[in-house]
Formats: sequence, C-alpha cells, structure tokens
Amino acid sequence: MKDYIDGLWSKHAFLQDNLPVGLGYTTGILLACTAVLLLVSLFAGEIVWMERRIAGRIQARIGPNRVGPQGLLQFLADGLKLMAKEDIIPSGADRMVFLIAPYIVFAGAFAAFAAMPFGYGLVPADMNFGLFFMLSISSIEVVGVIMAGWASNSKWSILGTMREVAQMISYEMPLAISSLTVVVLAGTLNLTDIVQQQSGWIWSWWVFRSPATFVGFFIFFTAALAALKRAPFDLPEAESELVAGFHTEYTGFRFAIFFLAEYAGMFFFALLTSVLFFGGWHIGVPIDLSTGFGRALGFLVLFGKSAAFLSIMIWIRWSLPRYRVDKVMYLCYKVLLPWSVVAVVVAALQVLITGGR
Amino acid sequence: MSDAAPAARPAVVPPVTPGGMAAPGGMVAPATAPILEAADLERLVGQSLRTEELVINMGPQHPSTHGVLRVVIKTDGEVVTALQPHVGNLHRCAEKIGESLPYYQWLPYVDRMDYLAAINNEHGACIAIERLGGIEVPERAEYVRVILAEVQRIISHLMAVGVYGLDVGAITPFLHTFRERERGLDLLDHIAGGRLLYHVIRLGGVKRDLTPDWIDECHAFLEQIERRLPEYNALMLDNHIFQERTCRIGVIDRATAIAWGVTGPALRAAGVDWDCRRDAPYSIYDRFPFDVPVGVPGALPGVPGDCWRRHWVRVREIEQSVRIVRHALRELPPGSVQGKVPKTFKPPKGEVYLRVENPRGELAYYVVSEGADRPWRMRVRGPSFSNIAVITQVGVGTLIADLVALMGSLDIVLGEVDR
Repeated sequence: MKDYIDGLWSKHAFLQDNLPVGLGYTTGILLACTAVLLLVSLFAGEIVWMERRIAGRIQARIGPNRVGPQGLLQFLADGLKLMAKEDIIPSGADRMVFLIAPYIVFAGAFAAFAAMPFGYGLVPADMNFGLFFMLSISSIEVVGVIMAGWASNSKWSILGTMREVAQMISYEMPLAISSLTVVVLAGTLNLTDIVQQQSGWIWSWWVFRSPATFVGFFIFFTAALAALKRAPFDLPEAESELVAGFHTEYTGFRFAIFFLAEYAGMFFFALLTSVLFFGGWHIGVPIDLSTGFGRALGFLVLFGKSAAFLSIMIWIRWSLPRYRVDKVMYLCYKVLLPWSVVAVVVAALQVLITGGR
Repeated sequence: MSDAAPAARPAVVPPVTPGGMAAPGGMVAPATAPILEAADLERLVGQSLRTEELVINMGPQHPSTHGVLRVVIKTDGEVVTALQPHVGNLHRCAEKIGESLPYYQWLPYVDRMDYLAAINNEHGACIAIERLGGIEVPERAEYVRVILAEVQRIISHLMAVGVYGLDVGAITPFLHTFRERERGLDLLDHIAGGRLLYHVIRLGGVKRDLTPDWIDECHAFLEQIERRLPEYNALMLDNHIFQERTCRIGVIDRATAIAWGVTGPALRAAGVDWDCRRDAPYSIYDRFPFDVPVGVPGALPGVPGDCWRRHWVRVREIEQSVRIVRHALRELPPGSVQGKVPKTFKPPKGEVYLRVENPRGELAYYVVSEGADRPWRMRVRGPSFSNIAVITQVGVGTLIADLVALMGSLDIVLGEVDR
C-alpha cells in the first residue's frame, strides 16, 4: 500500500504541493482498517448464523430462518437486540477495568487480521514477519479476559478466567510450534510468500508436501480449537459448570463485543489454517490468479476453504462432550506439545536432507 | 453460612490462618490433607503470595443443579474440599396437604412431587391407599397402569439420559432424546389430557381406557425408541470424551450406596441387584419377564458405581421398559378399567407401607388411617432426597466439573427432594 501511495504522490503535482505524504499513509491505513473491520464483522456475524443453522440441522430442528433470506440477517437482529439491553455493571465491579476489558479482547481479535492475506495482493499489511505478528497480537486477548474476569467480582468469573488463561497460554505453544513446520519448510514468515509457494497442483499445498506439515495441521487445528475455547475445549465458559465463565456478568453491547470477538477469532483461525496448510487462494490446479478474475476467484476460494474449516469446528462443537480441565492440560503438554516438536524436527531434517525443496 | 463467606476477591480478605482448613459448621471436613500447608507457603514465598479457599454458592440458579438445589461448595482452586447441599427451596407441604385432604383429592399433588415421573408416583400412591381400604382393581386397569407407568419410565429416563449430556457438555443428545420424549408425552397426553401432570391413575382403576389407535401408536413409539437408542449410545456411552468424563468419576461403591440409602439406577450401578418391581413385587409386575441391569465389574468401561455405569443402567432400563410395555400390550385383557370405590372413602384403622420403583429409585408411601376420610399420617420416602445426600461424601475431593457430572448422574428432581 505504501508503494501505491508513494506512486500517487509522485504522479500528481497537486498532492505533492498541498498535502504531506504522511496524510496519504494515514488515510490509506484508516481505509484499510475500516474495510477489514467491516469485512470481518460481517463475516463473523454470518458465522453466527452458519453455526446456528448447522447446529439446527444436527439437532433435528430448523434454526433461524426468518430475518432476511434463509435467516442471513439474523445477526443484525441479534446485535440490535443486544444493544437495546440494559448495560449492567455489577455493584462490586472494578468499574474502569470492567468497562474497557471487552474492547481489549476485541482489539486483540481484530488486530490479528492486519497481516492476513485475503487474496492475491489483498493484504492490509504485508509484513515479512506476518505469522509471528499474528500469533503474538492475538495473545492480547488473554489480557482482556483476565481483566474481564477479575473486574466482574464474581466467583464463577474468576474460576472461568483461571481456566481460560491457563488454557490459552498453554495451547499457544503447540499452536505456534506446529505452524513452525510450515515456516521451516517454506523458509519465510511472510504469509503471502507461504501461499505463493503452494501454487500449482493440489499436492503442492503444504499439508500434502511433508509428513511434518500433515501432522502439524492436525495439531494446529486442535490447538486452534482450544485457543478459541471451542468445544470440546470450551471449559472457560462451560455453561453447566461455570454458568458462563469470564463473561457471566456482562450484558448488552459489551457481551455482544465478546461474542463478536469470539467469532472473529474462529474466522481468523479458519483463514490461517487455509493459508498455512491448504493453499490459501490457490484452487489446486495451475492457473494464473494474478488477473482481475483470478484475484476475485482466489478471494472466493479462500473464503470457501475457511467456511469448510468453520463447518468442521461447528460440527465438532455440536457432537462432542466437554473435556475436563486437567485432561485438557494433559492433552496439551503430554500429547500435542511433544508431537509438534517432533514435527518441527522432522521438518528441519527434511530441509537439511533435501535442501528445502 | 453464606454470611461468613469471604468476598470474591482474594486480595481484600483476611489471610488464612496457618493450617486453617477448619470446616465451618455443617460442612464436611476435607478428606485429604492439602499438599502445602498455609504455614509452609508463608515460609516459602513470604507475605506476597496467599492462597485461600473459595466458598461458592452453586445454585439455586445454577444451570446444572437441575432445579433449585443450592450446594455450598468450598473449593481449593477447582478441587472441591467440602460441600453441603441445601434443600427446601421448593417445599410445598405435599405430605401435610395429604393429611388434610380426602384420599382421592391428594392424588394430583402426588404428580407434582416427582414431576418427571408423575404416573409412577400416582401408581404407588393409589396402590398404597387401595391396600389400606381394600379396593379391588380390575385386571385390565392393572395392565393399563403398568403400561402407562413404564411409558412414563421411558420418558423419564430419556430426559435423564439427554440432560446428562448437557451436564458433561454435549448439547445435541439432549435435543435428540427430547424428540422421542415429545412423542411419548403425546401418547400420555392422548390418555390423560396433560403433558406432564396427568392424574390418570385413580383409586380403583384408571381414568380412561386404551384405544386400539393408541396401542398402535404406542408400538410405533417403542420401535422408534429402540431404533434411536444406538444413536444416543454413539454420542454418549461409546464416546471417548464422554467416557473420560464419567468413568471412575463419582464412584459410589456398594457399601456407601447401602449406607446412605441410595436407590434406583444409582444403587444398581453400584452392583446391588435390587429392583422393587422384581424383588418386592407390587401391582402385576411379577407377570412380566424383564432383566434388572446391574453394574457388575466386567468388560464395561469404568468401575461399578461410577457415573458411566449409572448412565448405562438407565439406557438398559429403557430397553427393559420397552420389553415390559410390549408384553403388557400383548396380554391386555378385556374388561372395565374402573373398580368400585365408595363415594365417601373411609379406610379402616390401620397402616400401610408400600415401596415402588420410581425411575429415580425407591419411592415409598407410609399411610396411617384412623378410620376418617383423610389419613392421620401421610409420609413419603423420596428417592431423590436420599440420593442427593450421598454427594456430601462422594463429592469431596473431586473437581467442580466432576461434581456436576456426579449430580447429573444421580438424576435428582428437586420437586421430590423438597416435596
């Protein structure tokens, strides 16, 4: 984007004379942020609808189908309803912290999209350490969660927060290490480059290119489920045990923000799984995607892939019971973490032997 | 007790007294010693780090106490170190009402005790009062009663099986069992005109006879149940995560079960081969062949008396109830469904103690007559009330999640705990 704005300023004398180029950068960043925010919010809303419809099918009922065609606008109605609710702040709450906690969770969930390649050339910020940036900034969510649980001054919230923090911090390790399998083989942290290396036939997708990445994908997906607090790892908000976990005391708009951040997180991990392991916007046959039509197709293909992963997440959630808190930790430290390390070592050996090809 | 509970935020409450885990009044003392005494912690980390136990009110509005049960739990992290169920929020003086109303007018109140197994309650109450007053029940009415009671048992167990899924975090089985339960409720609705509280079993007979259409519908219902049970088992009993959550969890062993008066599926899961329908026959249960599932040690996952076995016993009992209903429908004799009951029913002086097998355990009625038109004493022994008490022993030392699994597997109905 910087190149584009620089070009704009060098081409037009009017801009050079009257406006500093910094203003151009700022405007560009704001526009990109708004676009990503709108896109992600919209899609997160539709994931809520998708989840409820699929859950309906699984549970032998219909699901929301009244608002808009097939109920597609249900999330707007839900959001409107939540905004009309009273914003209750518990009397014993730490007011300031209670109020800003949802926004920190929200910021962490949405900032992670900054380095996400949505399509060929469609990257809000094409960083050469993109994956690293994403995994680090999405950890900010934990801080918001601690603030929310602590400030609520509710015992259930504190228990839920403890579970959540333990779980998210633990599962970030297998998550990051399993994504390293791809990084080691690809030799880059830049997500656009990682995707571009997966062009061509379907077997050039990372998941099919090495046993390390194949195992890495399963570890990554499982750890992502846990990091997202999705069933069967939904202990932090385990309804039957902890009422609603860290957001027990939240109502109305603030609750809606937690909700949105959760589904944005789902979207994020579904996109990241497709980008890292499943070819990103490549469709599995060697065609040129740099044309206008190709870019549009690639964008849709990436969304289709992430929708497939979202469906799997939803399917898992509505079929499985919940793990117990100690078993979740056991799974993380004694199963996923060792295996992800093994996968990275195998990937490194592969690079050593084959010279990275 | 809740007055003495410390505030939720550990920073503002007084520090724990060294070695201080003294149980407040009414609480059960922790069974195991803590790994680190508070004094050790003080020595190790100075004043900066303090731990304390958290007293939590689980309920009466908690989602998995199955009603308005309030359990005060003391937790060390997630481990429950002491707990005490507080009952009585739903107390409605059912027994006292029984002593102040004519016998037949009490029967609707019986429905409201265990509202998920209303017909089983009516069945027991009617038999007890009939034995007291020597009322004859026609043959056909006995069969209809057994059919209705067993359909009710199926419905009640479907509810228990499905809701247990919710307790361990599986939401879907709940809606699937409710789909079948709905059909069963429709069946009872056709006979009794109500979905939950029927008042269909009356003194001396039943309110309405079964029609041929109803019998066909009932057969279809039973077939549907048999077809769907493997689906539930795939989602729950055979599921790996479900087994991890329930096997060896909340083990009520044989001795504990007997000592605490645990009855019903929880008793049978503990390995005690006892079912009132077979071992203390009432009505005409001695005419039907059926098996009593018992959680013996063996090839099944888990150990006898754990949550998994209790769930398994319920699923097996659904199968046996299907068998009983089929048998009864096949042998249904012709005739009237209402015997002769005097207009002013005054049983002679005497007393009756009758126990029947409710889906939740052994439900017993103790009726004392002084020859008046209303009983001198009406006493009910509720299975849920006895079963819930055992969590004070078994629940200590478990995790909160296990406590939920334990309470769910006991399948209590608070209407009957509190009466």
